[in-house]
Amino acid sequence: MLAFSLVSGFALSAFVIVLAFLFQNTAVGASVMQRFGVSLVNYTLLNLPQVLMDGLTLGFVYAAIALGYTMVYGVLEFINFAHSEIFAIGAFVGVEVLIALAAYGLIGGQNSLLSAYLWLLVALLAGMLVAGTMAVLVERIAYRPLRGAPRLVPLISAIGVSFFLQDAIRLIESVTTGQFHRIIPAFGNFDNRIPLFTVAGNTVDIQIKSLIVIVAAIIMLVGLNYLVNATKVGKAIRAVAQDRATASLMGIDVNRIISMTFLIGGTLGGAAGVLYALKFTRIDPFVGFFPGLKAFTAAVLGGIGNLTGALLGGIVLGLLETFAGTYMSIFTMGVAGAEYKDIFAFGILILVLIFRPQGLMGENVAQKA
Amino acid sequence: MSLLKLENVHSYYGRIHALKGISLEVNEGEIVTLIGANGAGKSTTLRTISGILHPREGRILLNGQDISHMEPHKIVYAGVGHVPEGRGIFPKLTVRENLEMGAFTINDRAEIERRMEYAFSLFPRLKERINQKGGTLSGGEQQMLATARGLMLKPKILMLDEPSMGLAPRLVELIFDIIKQMNQEGTTILLVEQNALMALSIAHRGYVLQTGQIVLSDTADNLKANPMVQHAYLGIE
Ligand SMILES: Nc1ncnc2c1ncn2[C@@H]1O[C@H](COP(=O)(O)OP(=O)(O)OP(=O)(O)O)[C@@H](O)[C@H]1O
Ligand SMILES: [Mg+2]
Repeated sequence: MLAFSLVSGFALSAFVIVLAFLFQNTAVGASVMQRFGVSLVNYTLLNLPQVLMDGLTLGFVYAAIALGYTMVYGVLEFINFAHSEIFAIGAFVGVEVLIALAAYGLIGGQNSLLSAYLWLLVALLAGMLVAGTMAVLVERIAYRPLRGAPRLVPLISAIGVSFFLQDAIRLIESVTTGQFHRIIPAFGNFDNRIPLFTVAGNTVDIQIKSLIVIVAAIIMLVGLNYLVNATKVGKAIRAVAQDRATASLMGIDVNRIISMTFLIGGTLGGAAGVLYALKFTRIDPFVGFFPGLKAFTAAVLGGIGNLTGALLGGIVLGLLETFAGTYMSIFTMGVAGAEYKDIFAFGILILVLIFRPQGLMGENVAQKA
Repeated sequence: MSLLKLENVHSYYGRIHALKGISLEVNEGEIVTLIGANGAGKSTTLRTISGILHPREGRILLNGQDISHMEPHKIVYAGVGHVPEGRGIFPKLTVRENLEMGAFTINDRAEIERRMEYAFSLFPRLKERINQKGGTLSGGEQQMLATARGLMLKPKILMLDEPSMGLAPRLVELIFDIIKQMNQEGTTILLVEQNALMALSIAHRGYVLQTGQIVLSDTADNLKANPMVQHAYLGIE
C-alpha cells in the first residue's frame, strides 16, 4: 500500500517534471516566468510536495468510500448506489455534532487543544455510528426483500434510496436549521500548517487537518485489513462472498454477515464523510455525489470486489485529480483549468471499462462465475 | 425414534418438481446410502435436508423436531453436516482457512486445532498445502479438502454428496475407510454415491431414487442382490 502510493506518486511527479523540461523554453515556460518569476521546472518542483500531500489526502478519502462499494459488491455483486448518501449522512452528523458543541461553548474559543481533538474524535465516531446503522437499515429495508429478484431490481431500489436520503437530509436540515448547507465550525488548530522541510528557500508544509485525514484513514484501513483477514467474522465475510450457499452449510448466518458488511462499509463511509467535511468545511445534501462517483470509479479501477484494489484505486485517483487540478492550467496556459480535473476521473473509468474491465487487481470475470 | 426422518417431501426449483414425495429414515449410528441415476434428485434431497431448499410439502424431522423451514446455518448448529456435491470449497481461502470454516460453529481454539491435526493425519497432502489457496489445489485435493472440512464439524449426522468423485482408486478407498471409521466413532452417515457398489459395501441400508421418487428401500446386502439394482446401478447384466 505504502509502496504503491510512493510508486504512483513518483510516476506522476516524474511525468510532470519531464513535461516541465519539455515546455521550459516554450510559451508555457515564458508565461510561468512572467506570472511567478521562476522557471517552469522550478515552479513545478516547488509545488510537487504540496500536490503529493493534497493528492494523498483526497486519495485516502476516496479509498475509505471505495471500500464500502467494493465490500458490498464482493458479497452481493451489487453496486450500492446509496453509499454516497451514507457518506453524506456521516458528514452531516459529524458537522451537526460539532455545531452543537460550538453552541454549548465546548469547542473553539478558550477551550484547550486537547479537548478540540477529543471532540473531533467524538464527532467522527458519531458520524460512523449513525452512517453504519443507516447502511444496515437500508440493506434490511430496501435490498434484502429483493434478494432473489433480477439484478437490475435492487440497483433501481438503490438509486431510489439515494434520492430519498438526499431529500431526507435536505428536509431535516431545512426544517430544523432553515438552511441545508452547513459549515463546520472553526475550532482547534486544524487549519494551521506544519512545516515539513525547506527547498530553495521555499517551505513545504502540510495542513494539520490533512494530516488528520491521512492518519485516521490509515488507522481505519489497517483495522479493516486485520478484521477481514485475521478474525472469524472477516473470514466468514470472505466465505460468503465466494459461495453463499456453501457458507451457510458451515453454520454461517449469511444474513448476519451481509448486515455486518453493510455496517463496516457504512462506518467507513461515514468516517470518510466527517473527514471530508473537516477538510473541505462546507457540506450540502448532495455532497456525496461527486466523491461517491469518484470512489466508485476508484473501486472499478482497482477491480471491484477487491479490497486492496479499492485502496490503490482511491489513492491513484486522488493523486491524479490533484495533479490535474494543479498543473493542467499551467501547461495549457489557462485554457483548460482546474475545473476540468474531473475529466480525468471519468476518463479513467471509461478507459478501464474498455481495456481492463476487471480492474487493476481484479481477476477475470469468467473466473469468478 | 429415528435421528433423521423425511415424510412425503416435495421440493421444487421454481416450477421444476424435483422431489415428488420422498420419505426416508436414518437411524442413529447407521450408514444409509442414496443411489440413483443422474438427475434422480439425490443432491436435491440433501439440499432440502440442509435447508438450502425448503420443501413445499411434507416434513423433515431431526430427533423429532421439525426442521423443514429452518435456515441452513441453524440446521448446522442442530447437528447436520453437509459436504456438497462438486467440492464447494472456498477457492480464495487457504486450506487452513477452509478447514477453519468447517469448524465455524466451534469457539474453542484448542479443539479446532485438535480437529485440524486429525484431518491432516488422514490427509497428509493437505498439510503440505496448508497455506495454499483452495482454488489452486488439484481436483482430487479439492475433494479431499471438502471431505476434511466436513470432518471438522463433527456433526451428529454427516451427509456426503459423491465424496469419491474425481479421486484415484486408492484415494476412493481411503475416503470410504474414513467414512466407516467416523461411523464407528459414532457419526451417523447419509451417503450419496455414483459408485453404488462401494456405497452398498459400507452401508447398512439404502434407498433407490428415480426421478424424484423412492422406488426401493432395503438393507444394503439385499439391494446388492436385487436384479433391478444390479442391472441399473451396479452394471451387472
Ligand atoms: N438449480 C437448479 N435449477 C433447476 N433445476 C435443477 C437445479 N438443480 C437440479 N435441478 C434439477 O433437479 C433434478 C434433480 O437434480 P439433482 O441435482 O438432485 O440430481 P442428482 O440425483 O444429484 O444427480 P447427479 O447424480 O447427476 O448429481 C434434475 O432434473 C435437475 O435438472
Ligand atoms: Mg447430485
